[in-house]
Amino acid sequence: MVELKNIKKTYNKGSIIAVEDISFNVDKGELFGLIGPDGAGKTSIFRMLTTLMIPDSGTASVNGFDIVKEYKAIRNCVGYMPGKFSLYQDLTVEENLSFFATIFGTTIKENYDLIKDIYVQIEPFKKRMAGKLSGGMKQKLALSCALIHKPTVLFLDEPTTGVDAVSRKEFWAMLKKLKQQGITIIVSTPYMDEAILCDRIALIQAGKILSLDTPEKIVTNFQDKLYAVKANNTYKLLTDLRKFSLTNSCFAFGEYLHVTFSENISENTVTAYLEKLGHTNIEFKTTIPTIEDCFIKLITSP
Amino acid sequence: MRTLLFLLEKEFKQIFRNKGIIRTIFIAPVIQLILMPLAADFSVKNINLAVVDHDHSTYSQILINKITASGHFKIAAYNASYKEALTTIEQDKADLALEIPEHFERNLVRENYQKVYVAINAIEGTKASLGGGYLASIINSFNADIRLKWIQPDHISPSPTIGITATNWYNIFLDFHLFIVPGILVTLLTAMGSMQAAFNIVQEKERGTIEQINVTPIKKHIFILGKLIPFLVLSTVIFTIGLLVARVFYGIIPVGSFVVLYGSLIIYLFAMLGLGLLISTYSETQQQAMSLSFFFINVFNMMSGLFTSVDSMPAWAHTVIQTFPSTHFIIIMRMVVLKGSGFGDITYHLAAMFIIGLIFNTWAVLNYRKTT
Repeated sequence: MVELKNIKKTYNKGSIIAVEDISFNVDKGELFGLIGPDGAGKTSIFRMLTTLMIPDSGTASVNGFDIVKEYKAIRNCVGYMPGKFSLYQDLTVEENLSFFATIFGTTIKENYDLIKDIYVQIEPFKKRMAGKLSGGMKQKLALSCALIHKPTVLFLDEPTTGVDAVSRKEFWAMLKKLKQQGITIIVSTPYMDEAILCDRIALIQAGKILSLDTPEKIVTNFQDKLYAVKANNTYKLLTDLRKFSLTNSCFAFGEYLHVTFSENISENTVTAYLEKLGHTNIEFKTTIPTIEDCFIKLITSP
Repeated sequence: MRTLLFLLEKEFKQIFRNKGIIRTIFIAPVIQLILMPLAADFSVKNINLAVVDHDHSTYSQILINKITASGHFKIAAYNASYKEALTTIEQDKADLALEIPEHFERNLVRENYQKVYVAINAIEGTKASLGGGYLASIINSFNADIRLKWIQPDHISPSPTIGITATNWYNIFLDFHLFIVPGILVTLLTAMGSMQAAFNIVQEKERGTIEQINVTPIKKHIFILGKLIPFLVLSTVIFTIGLLVARVFYGIIPVGSFVVLYGSLIIYLFAMLGLGLLISTYSETQQQAMSLSFFFINVFNMMSGLFTSVDSMPAWAHTVIQTFPSTHFIIIMRMVVLKGSGFGDITYHLAAMFIIGLIFNTWAVLNYRKTT
């Protein structure tokens, strides 16, 4: 459905590399996640796939249409929701929706089924100016506008950034529903906890794909044994563990520290080392790795 | 076509929802058109005159009366000495000092010859030269009057003279408003056409809405037309309001036909909206668009012959201003409003505006393509 082959994009005449030699495929009806920190190149990939920008080299296609030569055809069949709220703030909810329906040559009525679940939540405010909506409602309106012409591929650039936890949950539930209707969705997010909600994810850092697989497989590929450690003084614990000769990696993760060691090690060896340094209330246990652990491992390993 | 109509509907909705824009579009031009001609009046009135009369004779009184009766002068002070009069000029209480010497009347009668001394404050050039000129002509006419009294005119003049009788054409009473109001109306449209259109497009860039538009199958030229047509309509409305203000407040009724006026207006707006579009393609923020259009509008307003005659500019500057659409439209306005010129008389100016407009628009569209 979406295919990228050796796509490269640079800014400022080549001095800033945004996307470096990226290739991946997204199948029809898949919910595909681009996971990476700010500045990883997620938005650049979106802007190229939605025909807003031309890649420096490489080819890509959406729905079988080339993104450079057949950009007009692509614009008819994709929906794009930019990271920044980009609807008309001085038009009402209803006016925004009917405006985008009209320029795609359709009407709200024609595709109402598709947006119904989302739109009913903001319909009570349909006479309100879009600029006066709350963050979550803006998100729903933007999604409705991106869906109003029944796109086959939906591009969502950081749709949940700046949205509260409840709205985020609701939003992902909506994506699941859209997926069931056969719409291919590519979504980007800096939040690792959202990654497991995707069918497949690509972990991106500095314009390169570090790993691309289903979230489960990425987690099972995490070979090392992972431990969660906790003590009274977390900061001292972090520095001490990093100094420990057998420590491979050590990062804060909630109230625990996630640690891997270079060889199999018994609990006693570590606690003895820590007690000697004056740590109290030491907790030491094995834990199941998350996407975040995998991501940190990928960006730290040479 | 349906898309264009819908775009227009959206633009007008947005424009009419923005109360600030409505005020600047409709109320500001009316106020400017009422106020600005007052400041742009070149005829000089109320020149303050300091009089030093050493003679105190009948003739000196007649001269002073004649000066005040002209309406141009106000006696600011009667001073005892020239030095005192100069002080009043230095204090900015008087613009001119007139010194009438002792025995003015006696010497004039006896010797048939006398001098008066006039000192002029020349800081403000126009006022100084006009004031000096007025005063000189009054003294000349005083001179002629007294000669007429003394000399019984012969049936045959002793020497041949040429009498000059002037007729003022197109502006019989030399009414300054007739000249300046049509010009000011043009400057209002200059600001409206280029600035508002540029701001509107750049605003879409700033808010990111242009991204959302660009991923739709909407055609570029439809989008641009959707942006320019509303401002073409609004400018035409402003122009109409301006003509009404000119009629009500200044009694100016165009001699020429409205078809010629509005026809020229459309070509002028084609050029100015093209400039606005061009500015918008080079600006990422409204602030940038503001600085750019402010530069153009200032240059256009100052150099296109609104206040000063373009003929007195150096030849190269005269060539440069031929590339300003406002130069041509100001000339057209004056020709049509005052003289009643038809399309045949203004062909050169219309063609010039059209070519400039074509260049602006083509450049803008090419640049717009390049950046997206």
